[in-house]
Amino acid sequence: MAADVHKKKGWEVPNGSLVPTDGQPMERSESPTPGLVQGTEPGAGQEGGMFVHTRSYEDLTSPEDGDVASRSPEEGRGDQADQTSMAHISKDFSELSTQLTGMALDLEEEMRLSQENEMDLSPQTARRDSARSEKEDEDVTMEAWRMHQKHVFVLSEAGKPVYSRYGSEEALSSTMGVMMALVSFLEAEKNAIRSIHADGYKVVFVRRSPLVLVAMARTRQSEQEIAHELLYIYYQILSLVTWTQLNHIFQQKQNYDLRRLLAGSERITDNLLDLMARDPSFLMGAARSLPMAAGLRDTVSTCLQQAKAKSLVFSILLSRNQLVSLVRRKDQFLHPIDLHLLFNLISSSSSFREGEAWTPICLPKFNSSGFFHAHISYLEQDLCLLLVSTDREDFFTISDCKHRFQERLRKRGVSHALLEALRTPFYSVSQVGIPDLRHFIYKSKSSGLFTSPEIEAPYVSEEEKQRLLELYQYLHSRAHNSSRPLKNIYFTGPSENLLAWVTSAFELYMCYSPLGTKAAAVSAVNKLMKWIRREEDRLFILTPQTY
Amino acid sequence: MFKKNMAPRRTQQVRAGPSTEQSYVYKVVLLGSTAVGKSSIAFRYVKNDFRESMPTVGCSFFTQLVCLETATIKLEIWDTAGQEKYHSVCRLYYRGANAALLVYDIARKATFARAKLWLRELEKEFLHDEIVIVLVSNKTDLAAQREVTFEEAEEFAKSRSLIYMETSAKSNHHVTEVFMAVAHKLLKQEQQKESALQHQPWKKSRVDLREPSNQTKKCCMN
Ligand SMILES: Nc1nc2c(ncn2[C@@H]2O[C@H](COP(=O)(O)OP(=O)(O)OP(=O)(O)O)[C@@H](O)[C@H]2O)c(=O)[nH]1
Ligand SMILES: [Mg+2]
Repeated sequence: MAADVHKKKGWEVPNGSLVPTDGQPMERSESPTPGLVQGTEPGAGQEGGMFVHTRSYEDLTSPEDGDVASRSPEEGRGDQADQTSMAHISKDFSELSTQLTGMALDLEEEMRLSQENEMDLSPQTARRDSARSEKEDEDVTMEAWRMHQKHVFVLSEAGKPVYSRYGSEEALSSTMGVMMALVSFLEAEKNAIRSIHADGYKVVFVRRSPLVLVAMARTRQSEQEIAHELLYIYYQILSLVTWTQLNHIFQQKQNYDLRRLLAGSERITDNLLDLMARDPSFLMGAARSLPMAAGLRDTVSTCLQQAKAKSLVFSILLSRNQLVSLVRRKDQFLHPIDLHLLFNLISSSSSFREGEAWTPICLPKFNSSGFFHAHISYLEQDLCLLLVSTDREDFFTISDCKHRFQERLRKRGVSHALLEALRTPFYSVSQVGIPDLRHFIYKSKSSGLFTSPEIEAPYVSEEEKQRLLELYQYLHSRAHNSSRPLKNIYFTGPSENLLAWVTSAFELYMCYSPLGTKAAAVSAVNKLMKWIRREEDRLFILTPQTY
Repeated sequence: MFKKNMAPRRTQQVRAGPSTEQSYVYKVVLLGSTAVGKSSIAFRYVKNDFRESMPTVGCSFFTQLVCLETATIKLEIWDTAGQEKYHSVCRLYYRGANAALLVYDIARKATFARAKLWLRELEKEFLHDEIVIVLVSNKTDLAAQREVTFEEAEEFAKSRSLIYMETSAKSNHHVTEVFMAVAHKLLKQEQQKESALQHQPWKKSRVDLREPSNQTKKCCMN
C-alpha cells in the first residue's frame, strides 16, 4: 500500500493564513507580535511539524470539500452590515454567558503592537450592541444547557438508514425518507453543505456520495461547525471501510444496507460525537500534547524512533487523547483528522486493554483507498502505543518494535519518569501567575498542537465545563466565520470575560474572571504569551522525530 | 528456549528447542460470530477472569505457555473480531493456524450456523490433518435460553471429526480444558509424526476425537 499521499515538506506548505476561501480577503497586518510569523510562535517545532498543515475546519469546508451554500437569514450574508452581525454576536453571547455586557475591541490597537488598525469592528458599534444585549438578556438556566441536543443521522443516497445517534435507525426509517426527499429537493450539486433553520433548530445536510449526513442541532454552533462534525462522522465511516470499498459497494447495489457492514461500530460513532462535544482538540483541529520535561520527551521519542521497522509509517504514543510522542516516516505527514480518528477508535473501546490488537484501519485524509494495519497495545494503564504499518503481514515485526521500545525505555531508565509524567497530565492555570485568568487554549499553527490548563473552578460541574467549551466554540466560530472572520474578539460578562485572538501563527482563547478590567486582560495576553514561550518545551513537542 | 520467528507461519510446522525437553509454538485462532464470547474465553484462559467486554477490533493477540509432562508449548492465540466488516481480513488471522476454535453461543442458533460456515471456509484452506478444530459451544450458564442442543452439536462435530466442547467463560466452565485439549492433540500429532519419521514408515494412528476430558490436565501442576 503506497502511502505517498501527502509528500509535503514542513515549510513548503503555504498555509496558516486565515484568509477564508469564500469570504472577503482580510488585510493581514504585519505579525502582531514582533517575530511571531508562523513557525516562530511559541510551540512551533524546530524541525517542522508532524502534521499536514490545516486551518482547522476551513480545510474541511473548503470548496474541495463542499461549501456552505445557504446561510441563516440572521447570520447575515457576507455583505451585510457589521452592525447586524455584531448584534447577533452579542445576542448569542448573552445567551451563552447568561447576562452579558459584550464588547468587541480591537486588541491590537489596545496593545499598541501594531500601528495599523485593520480592525473590522468599531468599538462604538460594539458598545451600543452590548447595551442592547443587556436588555435582551435572557436567563439561561443550567437546565437549558442540558437540553442541548444534536441528532445525527447518516443515510445512503437511496434513503436507507445507516446510523442514527438516538433511537434505532429502524424506527427512524420514515424520518429518513423525509430527509431524503429534502436532500433531493435541496440538491444542486454533489458534496454541498446545506442547512435549514427552523424553530430554534438548525438542520445541516452534508452530502458525500454515496452517503448523506444530517444533523438537527439546537446547539449554537454555526453550520460550518456542525458540517465539520458531520464530516468527521463521514471520515470515521471511511476509516472502517475505505472510500474505495464504500463506493464499490454502492456501485454494485444502490440500495445496499450499510448497517450490515458497520454493525457494532455505532459505539465508535457515538463516542466520536461525545468526544467532539467535550474535547477542544476537534474544535482546534489540533492535537493536545501531554506536558512533560523536554529531556524526557526527547529520550522517549528517540527510543520510539529507534524501534523502527521497514513497514512502519507512524509510531504514536498517547495517553488519554493526549500526545506523548509521534515519530513518522521522513516525508509522510499525518493529518490531524486522521489522528483524531485514531484517538477516537482507541478511546471508544476497552478491547485494546488486553493483548495486542492488530487491525486494519483506513486513514481517510492520508489515503482513503486502502487500509493500514495498526498495532495497538497498552504499555501501562494510561499509556497506549499505536504503530501504523503498511504491511498487514508484519504483525510479528511490529510486535517486536513494541518490545524493543519498552526495552529501550528500561535501558535508558526513563520508564519511571514517564509514568510520573502520566500521573500529572494537566497543569493548573495558577502556574501562569495571572490571578484573573481562569482558563485558556493556545494553539501553535505550525506544529498543529495546542495546550490548555486543567479546567478548574468555577467550571466544576459537567454543565459548567460544557458551557465553557461552548463559549470557546462560539468564539471560534466567530473568529473563523467564512464571511466575516474576526481576528480579535473581547467580551465582558458577569460570569466571565472572554478573549479570542487569531493570527497567522497562533490562536489564543482566554477566559478571565468577570471582575478583571479590560486593561488587565490586555496585559494578561502578553504575560500569558511570555509564559507559554518560557514553558514551550514542556507544553509542546519541539523536536519531533522521523525514522 | 523458543526459536522466535517473527514472520507469521504459513504452515503448521513447529520448531523444537535445543534442550532435551521439547518446546513447541502453536498458533490457535478463535473464530465465530460477534458476541459469542471469543474474547471472554481468551481472557478467561489467559487471565482467569471474566469481565464485560467490548467487541474486538480487528484481532487481539495473546500468548500462553502450557507446560506438559513431555514438552512445553507456547500457544499464540489470535482472537478475531466476529463483526461482519472484519470478515474479509480474517483469513489473514487464521492462515497458518495449527488449531481453530469455532465458537458459537448456545442461546443463539444463528451463531451455530455461522460456525458451520467458518468450518467450510477452513476446509477450503486446510487439509484435514493440517489443523485441529474444536467446536466450542459457549455460554452454558444460559441453559434456560438454550437454542442448540448438546446432541445436535455433538452429532455435527462427530460427523466432521471435530473436537466438541461446551464452555462458559462466565462461570469458568471447561475453558482451560479446551486449550489443554488442543495442546495435547497437537503434541500427540507431533510425537506421532516424529516417531513415524524415526522408527517406521508413516502409519496413521487412530485419534480419539470425542473424549477430550481424559486429556485435560492442568498446566504446570507438578
Ligand atoms: N452469560 C454468558 N455471557 C457471556 C459468556 N461469554 C461471554 N459472554 C458475554 O457475551 C458478550 C460478548 O462477549 P465477547 O467475548 O466480547 O464476544 P466476542 O465473540 O469476542 O465478540 P466479537 O469480538 O465482536 O467477535 C459479552 O457481553 C460477554 O460478557 C458466557 O460464558 N456466559
Ligand atoms: Mg472479541
